[in-house]
Amino acid sequence: MLIAQAVLEGVLVGGFYALMAAGLTLVFGVMDIVNFAIGALIVLGAYLSYTVNVHLHLDPFVSLFITTPIMTVLGFAIYWFLIKPIKTDRVVMSLLTMFAVATLIEGVLDLTFNSGLVQIHASYINNSLKIGGLNFPLIYVLSFLLSAFLLAMLFLVTYRTKFGRSLRASMQNPVAARLVGINTDKVSGITLAIGIGMAAVGGMIFGTTNAFNAASSYDLISRLLVIVILGGFGSVGGALVSAIFMLVVQDVVSVVWSPVWGSTTFYVILIVVLLVRPQGLFGKKGVRAQ
Amino acid sequence: MSTQLATNTPAAPPSYEIPKIARFGSLGVVAILMVAFPVVFSNPTVTTIGVFAMIYLVSVTGWNIFSGYSGYIALGHAVFFGIGQYATAMLASYWNITPGWQTFLLIPVSMVLAGIAAVPIGFMLLRVRKHTFIVLTIALMFIFQLFAYNFRSWTGGSQGLEMTPPSWSGDIFNMPFYYVGLGLSVIALLTSWVVRRSKFGLGLLAIRDDEDRARSLGIKTTQTKLIAFVISAVFLGAAGALYAPFVGSVYPQFSFDPAFDLSLAVMAFTGGLGTLLGPSVGALVIASAQQYFLLTFGGANVFLIVYGVLFILILRLLPGGVVPALSMQWQHHVVRRERRKLESEPQQEGVAKQ
Repeated sequence: MLIAQAVLEGVLVGGFYALMAAGLTLVFGVMDIVNFAIGALIVLGAYLSYTVNVHLHLDPFVSLFITTPIMTVLGFAIYWFLIKPIKTDRVVMSLLTMFAVATLIEGVLDLTFNSGLVQIHASYINNSLKIGGLNFPLIYVLSFLLSAFLLAMLFLVTYRTKFGRSLRASMQNPVAARLVGINTDKVSGITLAIGIGMAAVGGMIFGTTNAFNAASSYDLISRLLVIVILGGFGSVGGALVSAIFMLVVQDVVSVVWSPVWGSTTFYVILIVVLLVRPQGLFGKKGVRAQ
Repeated sequence: MSTQLATNTPAAPPSYEIPKIARFGSLGVVAILMVAFPVVFSNPTVTTIGVFAMIYLVSVTGWNIFSGYSGYIALGHAVFFGIGQYATAMLASYWNITPGWQTFLLIPVSMVLAGIAAVPIGFMLLRVRKHTFIVLTIALMFIFQLFAYNFRSWTGGSQGLEMTPPSWSGDIFNMPFYYVGLGLSVIALLTSWVVRRSKFGLGLLAIRDDEDRARSLGIKTTQTKLIAFVISAVFLGAAGALYAPFVGSVYPQFSFDPAFDLSLAVMAFTGGLGTLLGPSVGALVIASAQQYFLLTFGGANVFLIVYGVLFILILRLLPGGVVPALSMQWQHHVVRRERRKLESEPQQEGVAKQ
């Protein structure tokens, strides 16, 4: 029963990681940018929701209507002022730029909010549903549903709209996409803005389910990167599967063995998988061989 | 006509390098300044900054031998820095080494241990190409941090390990650390220089420019990268072995610190990634600034902000780094000088012929 409970929690929390990893891998697929700042941006989103919650007394889920636009605009700004001007060696330079952005955000958050741990509060945060002997914490269920809804929206946009077609074209072959008249700069900017806008949602979920401070970003980014590498860079489906898989493994190991080894297993799996398949579980060999 | 042209061939082409006298002269002045530094500024606060600058100088020079020359940016070299620290702290208590000069004997031991650890790690990490490599090094650093937390019986977990500092008096306490650090820096820079001028170093640079082509030209890319990785790890181990007894304690979150990795990258990029002296310049300036900020503001957050902004500016304005920008300025100067010469010469010839 304990193991069943662990699997359930792994799946529920995995939804959040799947959403964030999907954003990360899409951004990488379109413009070869490893958005290293996503961890710091999620924590920024969490602090924004926290501030709105404390000062305006809004429900965390309602606060998203304020924080998501802010984060989306921030995403555009990052693209326009920092990423677009990069001309040479885009992969490495953009990664380092995002690293610098992450450091800057962490410093600002640490200065504004101190390094004490905080958590976003709501009246129902400790409630849970009991179904068939299993415990469903309400906030996890709500977060999972929200993540699943946004992922479905993301799929709809990617596969059923004109913008989605431009996006997929830019992913397949940026030069050819530009030749047939797609404004790849615009597509890239919008994709990064969507990815960072989703970090506002991710931040709210992270902030209601965990106590956090500015330094939490390192833990987040390392996990997300592991998930994305494991799924194969640029593969959205791979990110979803590996997010759920990794979180389930981690929770089961925590229950069966000891919580301190849960996150270690997480990284050990990555190393083992990469020894066998350097391109990740679902990555295509040769496509991104650079 | 043609014979005339042949006799008129100009003398040796202009040298685009900064003159030897200027180069060796400035190196000598810097060397004297470095040796004299703790004697002139004997205030312990200032010499503490000096010791940290030396530790970073060794680290970034070692880091540059691999990341700078091969183009594989490693953001997990804190692993070897941490291995050096833990090895020193553990061995010092295991062998009951009395704190003092004997502690420095652990530096070569830590270097060897870091080098040995780098072989399997490098073998695993170097299976992937550039951007995945960066991410893997970050993941690896967190693995080691978690190991340090979890293997309590060896590492003391989150309690960390204590190292009794040597019983030197406060006034001269920093001196031995400073001079050992300076010696290690010289060794690191010499190694970097030898690597840069060797065939092996050319192989690394070829990998940086185009790995597939380097491979097709017969460079054993995996082997070359692995050797460079091990060399750089050895110097990080040395830096760690100097750091642990100086600070007096070893904790997982400070030994395997993501900020340390970022520092190395910022220093190397500021000075000039892949150049011999650029990273050292970056290390001396930024490490000193970092310590100064820590001492003045107490918290690390102000420095994180400064760091982030500085790094963004460097990447935007001087993507090559400060040192290459300076030598580029010199080359422009030479070109302008030669052009002026050429503009004035033909007129003289014309006058002579008439």
